[in-house]
Amino acid sequence: MKTMMKTLFAAIACVLFVAASPLKNGYEVGDAVADFKLKNVTGKMVSLSDYASSKGVIVIFDCNTCPYSKAYNDRIIELNKKYASQGFPVVAIQPNDPAISPGDSFDEMVKLAEKKKYDFPYLFDETQSVARAFGATNTPHVFLLKNNGGKFSVAYIGAIDDAPRDAAGVNKKYVEEAINALLNAQDVPSNKTKAIGCTIKWKNA
Amino acid sequence: MKKLLLTAFFAIPSLLFAQQQAEIVKLKQLQEHINRKTDNIKIINFWATWCAPCIKEMPYFEKIGAERKDVDVTFVSLDLDLNPKPEVVYRFIERKKIQSKVLILDEKDPNSWINQIEKGWSGAIPATIIINGKTGQRKFVEKELHEGDLEKLISEIL
Repeated sequence: MKTMMKTLFAAIACVLFVAASPLKNGYEVGDAVADFKLKNVTGKMVSLSDYASSKGVIVIFDCNTCPYSKAYNDRIIELNKKYASQGFPVVAIQPNDPAISPGDSFDEMVKLAEKKKYDFPYLFDETQSVARAFGATNTPHVFLLKNNGGKFSVAYIGAIDDAPRDAAGVNKKYVEEAINALLNAQDVPSNKTKAIGCTIKWKNA
Repeated sequence: MKKLLLTAFFAIPSLLFAQQQAEIVKLKQLQEHINRKTDNIKIINFWATWCAPCIKEMPYFEKIGAERKDVDVTFVSLDLDLNPKPEVVYRFIERKKIQSKVLILDEKDPNSWINQIEKGWSGAIPATIIINGKTGQRKFVEKELHEGDLEKLISEIL
């Protein structure tokens, strides 16, 4: 009886603890990032650990169909052109469930990457586990990672810039400012921003 | 001037009606609308014409707004964030025969205003705020709503 009571108390304590701790919804700035491995449009698997020798990685949750993704498509290509050579390549990840958004199927991803001549990986997060681990909410959603001797941590989360309508109207280039700060060993000026965007099309539970 | 004349000539009266129904507002006006005390339940839904899940959930909002006198529905269009022309919204209202109030938010630099509307909002749409107009108690959800969800959310703030 005594053991039973003990077990019961332990169980109650457990429930209370779980209920009291806030739900962890992905990474915050400063958090360590777990490795992931996803299929690229080339058919090859790509891991975060493949980038162990780069200064960081610009992870962008993106897709084919969202009008914001379309509006930012050329700016994402430009980011890679500008920063891959400086040690910050782009890795794009498509998390939408093609059952809900057929235009985001793997085949359609391959077509877009070919059409736009992507010179960076465009990975399919088929189980959506990577988007969940990161806490990505919309597309395009940037997680700028910095490499601390083989271990990646989050340096910036948010939008690419402050003007989705057109690149000409941009005042604040959030991602570029963040990378430039990291390259100069300075603090990232604004390390978290928000933007309007298409919600990620999660699989029906 | 020529353009204005042409527009006046070709504009169909219904599109003008949609234009009257959908007011273009700044953040301050939207906040006043959200915070204004009333005896009713206020439902504020953030959407855009390009957002498929937003359009899918709209009928539930229209239905509850039409059926319940104690519920005021407002659709807040965020179309201008991406496309400066409000006509796409007017045409949508006309085509779908939207009965609820529509506001079109005209603000730049979303990062500067998203938190001022709701701290828990990532900026992804659809997103909905449900407010008890008397007590100010509110609920925020950032996902597509389905049949019965609005009724459930309302019951949680009464």
